[in-house]
Amino acid sequence: MSTATTAIKPVMPARHYLNDNYGIRSWLLTKDHKRIAILYLVSITFFFFMGGLFAALIRLELLTPAGDLFTSDTYNKLFSMHGINMVFFFLVPSIPATLGNFVLPMMLGAKDLAFPKINLLSWYIYMFAAFFSLATMVSGGVDTGWTFYTPLSSGFLRTHVALMAVGVIFAGFSSIFTGLNFIVTVHRMRAPGLTWGRLPLFVWSNYATSLIMVLATPVLAITLILLAMERTFHIGVFDPRYGGDPVLFQHMFWFYSHPAVYIMILPGMGVISELVTCFSRKRVFGYSFVAFSSIAIAVFGFLVWAHHMFVAGISQYSAMVFSLLSMAVAIPSAVKIFNWTATMYKGSISLDTPMLYALGFMGLFTIGGLTGVMLAALGMDVHLHDTYFVIAHFHYVMVGGMVSAYLGGLHFWWPKITGRMYPEAVAKLAAIITFIGFNLTFFPQFILGYLGMPRRYHAYPPEFQVLNVLSSAGASVLAVAFILPAIYFLWSLKYGPIAGDNPWQATGLEWQTSSPPPTHNFHEVPVVTTEPYHYGSDQEVTVVH
Amino acid sequence: MHFNLPLFPEQASTIAGQVDAFYLFLVLVTTFFSLLIALLILFFIIRYRRRPDQEAEQIHGSTLLEIVWTAIPLGITLCIFVWGAVLYYKIENPPGNALEIYGVGKQWMWKFQHPGGQREINTLHVPTGRPVKVTLISQDVIHDFFVPAFRVKQDVLPNRYVYSWFEATTPGSYHLFCSQYCGTNHSAMVGQVIAMKPEDYAEWLASGKAEGSLSSMGEKLFQEFGCTTCHRPDSGARGPNLQGLYGRPVRLSDTRVVVADDNYIRESILNPNAKIVQGFQPIMPTFQGVVSEEGLIQITEYIKHMGTQESEPINNRTTPTQLRDNEVPMIQQELQQGGQPAPSGKKP
Repeated sequence: MSTATTAIKPVMPARHYLNDNYGIRSWLLTKDHKRIAILYLVSITFFFFMGGLFAALIRLELLTPAGDLFTSDTYNKLFSMHGINMVFFFLVPSIPATLGNFVLPMMLGAKDLAFPKINLLSWYIYMFAAFFSLATMVSGGVDTGWTFYTPLSSGFLRTHVALMAVGVIFAGFSSIFTGLNFIVTVHRMRAPGLTWGRLPLFVWSNYATSLIMVLATPVLAITLILLAMERTFHIGVFDPRYGGDPVLFQHMFWFYSHPAVYIMILPGMGVISELVTCFSRKRVFGYSFVAFSSIAIAVFGFLVWAHHMFVAGISQYSAMVFSLLSMAVAIPSAVKIFNWTATMYKGSISLDTPMLYALGFMGLFTIGGLTGVMLAALGMDVHLHDTYFVIAHFHYVMVGGMVSAYLGGLHFWWPKITGRMYPEAVAKLAAIITFIGFNLTFFPQFILGYLGMPRRYHAYPPEFQVLNVLSSAGASVLAVAFILPAIYFLWSLKYGPIAGDNPWQATGLEWQTSSPPPTHNFHEVPVVTTEPYHYGSDQEVTVVH
Repeated sequence: MHFNLPLFPEQASTIAGQVDAFYLFLVLVTTFFSLLIALLILFFIIRYRRRPDQEAEQIHGSTLLEIVWTAIPLGITLCIFVWGAVLYYKIENPPGNALEIYGVGKQWMWKFQHPGGQREINTLHVPTGRPVKVTLISQDVIHDFFVPAFRVKQDVLPNRYVYSWFEATTPGSYHLFCSQYCGTNHSAMVGQVIAMKPEDYAEWLASGKAEGSLSSMGEKLFQEFGCTTCHRPDSGARGPNLQGLYGRPVRLSDTRVVVADDNYIRESILNPNAKIVQGFQPIMPTFQGVVSEEGLIQITEYIKHMGTQESEPINNRTTPTQLRDNEVPMIQQELQQGGQPAPSGKKP
């Protein structure tokens, strides 16, 4: 905890959003963005651990070269369900629907999101989608891989592909609603004085994310509806036996799923901007460059999808165009990393848990991003495509980057959400274990990939075993690192020390109200007169209550 | 367990060394920037750790620095792009003198056919020191032809021929993986590529049982399916003359001009009405489900070997099945001007 704790023992406010109302109805029919955030938090945590369980079983099977623990079909279902659960039910909603939902309106000085009912509806649609996903799992699972490539998925598999597709389509609708809500809220509900140039970077990155959600997600729905129709009615779009083109599916799928990668990582980048500034007590270095790089990533993100298809039989010249554009998307990411690093220069840095996760993000995302450049380089991708190198690359971005940012943000705003602190020492330990376990799990996979081990292999040649054993060992360490926070967060709900309104001495508007906040966030509408991150002693907190 | 831990797969093709060199360069760039960031972070958290007597110094930013760290990565990634594109161009385009081998992927095996008619399953024998072009097609879902030791990979699609080429340098046996997820036994769709010295390869070819060369097998099928009834070089022919067809431009009934390559021939057998040659009626029945992928390859190979037309198309019905090379620019010019080219053949 911050060293600047005041002598006065912090107290819980008498009334706040958690005790304003009791009972199951007050939760299931709530229109409070903070409560909806918590509904989302519980739901996605469930899917995170379920996806994690599948991952654990995958790593267990891969301890030995022979496929001896599960049948091939079961193994194929395990990696498919791992991917589908993690991508569509955890990563996509993770930061926007939980931390974003909770914090974004408060950062704007707003009472709620623009459309509170649509916000609740978005959670119900998510749960409806989750029901389909669970129904698919209970009835035997799917073995399409999370990418649903045709014609395998449309004409050759006997599992419940259409059922799962419906689940994913609805999960998409829930994220469209969240995106829509964020866009309108950012445009219409900023507090007096909160100009675009004063928006916290977390808002900028969630705004960019929302643009992608609204523009790209419908394409996923179209693609999966066509897939389901191809399966049922043989309409002949993707399956060559009926006159379709299987590569068309890949174009359509990646037109959503590549921008979706930025749906997943951009909010994480927003969290890092908040954490690095707060724990360095610094203004962010190059505010407008960091803000616009989010928009640049969102825009370029739409123009790079075919880099997933360099060996899929597309024309060589289009491959070159997509390779060049993929290089372009690396630049705004690099700009962000450099600016965060520069922010720490001459700062007053404290290594509280959220900062540890932020530093982990910066290191791991750098590796994830640079290996992405390797994959975008045409001549290199031919060898690396569909090997474990790709798996390692996107786990560095998604787990090393995104999950680190998510956990960092969760620790950072936990006192705001619950009014209580988590145990700092254990939390630091968990952050360090995450870093070690993560690298042990995924670094060997880079080498495995270059050696040529293809992804989605149930059994593999014996010479790959040592690296696979290392990776599985790392996965068990990582499991501990993820279970620990689940335990101490729950513990802190009852036993955590009272946090006070602003335990980190942070400047964001969300810290200028009580912890937990009142139902309408602020007792009086805050007025903003300064730039964000106005750290430093000469500036007073400028929000009037 | 093997405790020998290599970092690179074997280098067994002409391209492998070039890919590894590029990889090393990329690893260096990645390591340099990752270390740069990591060391800066480490230095800052030690040097600027929070102390009660020291406050952070507020800095707004620096446009100069922003330009520098935008321009440098941009320059580096552009170099990476160019290097990668040049390498890709080499990997993707087989030299003209390559030995042609055909491969068919199906759930869950690889079937290969050599020009001499030798067939093998999940094993591919190739000579060293000579470019080999593998023409690939899938019978069902998408597979992927991946030989790590050669650093080549190509998705194998249903309904369309794709190509992969390599020139093996070192005799040996190398992994062949299917690297595109293809269902239940995806990880069992593995095999080996056996690279042999040219003389050993010749010996192996000679010892292999073959019913005849691919083109002779194709000829047999051509007779069997009654293709000769219509496709023959005389005035009564109801189908275009196929002699010397392969590789030449063909004018279609909608005035488009396409090149008669493997994919065109395959499509014309399975879906004859897709592209009708100008001057002919859509009367050919489909052979979908009648000819196997191997059979299609054999027929194509036969058509390839059907002899060349030196000056005039042998088609004495004056129907220009094939365009002569000097006609093509003229037709393209006509098309650009929007005028319909005059039909040069009689209606049958």
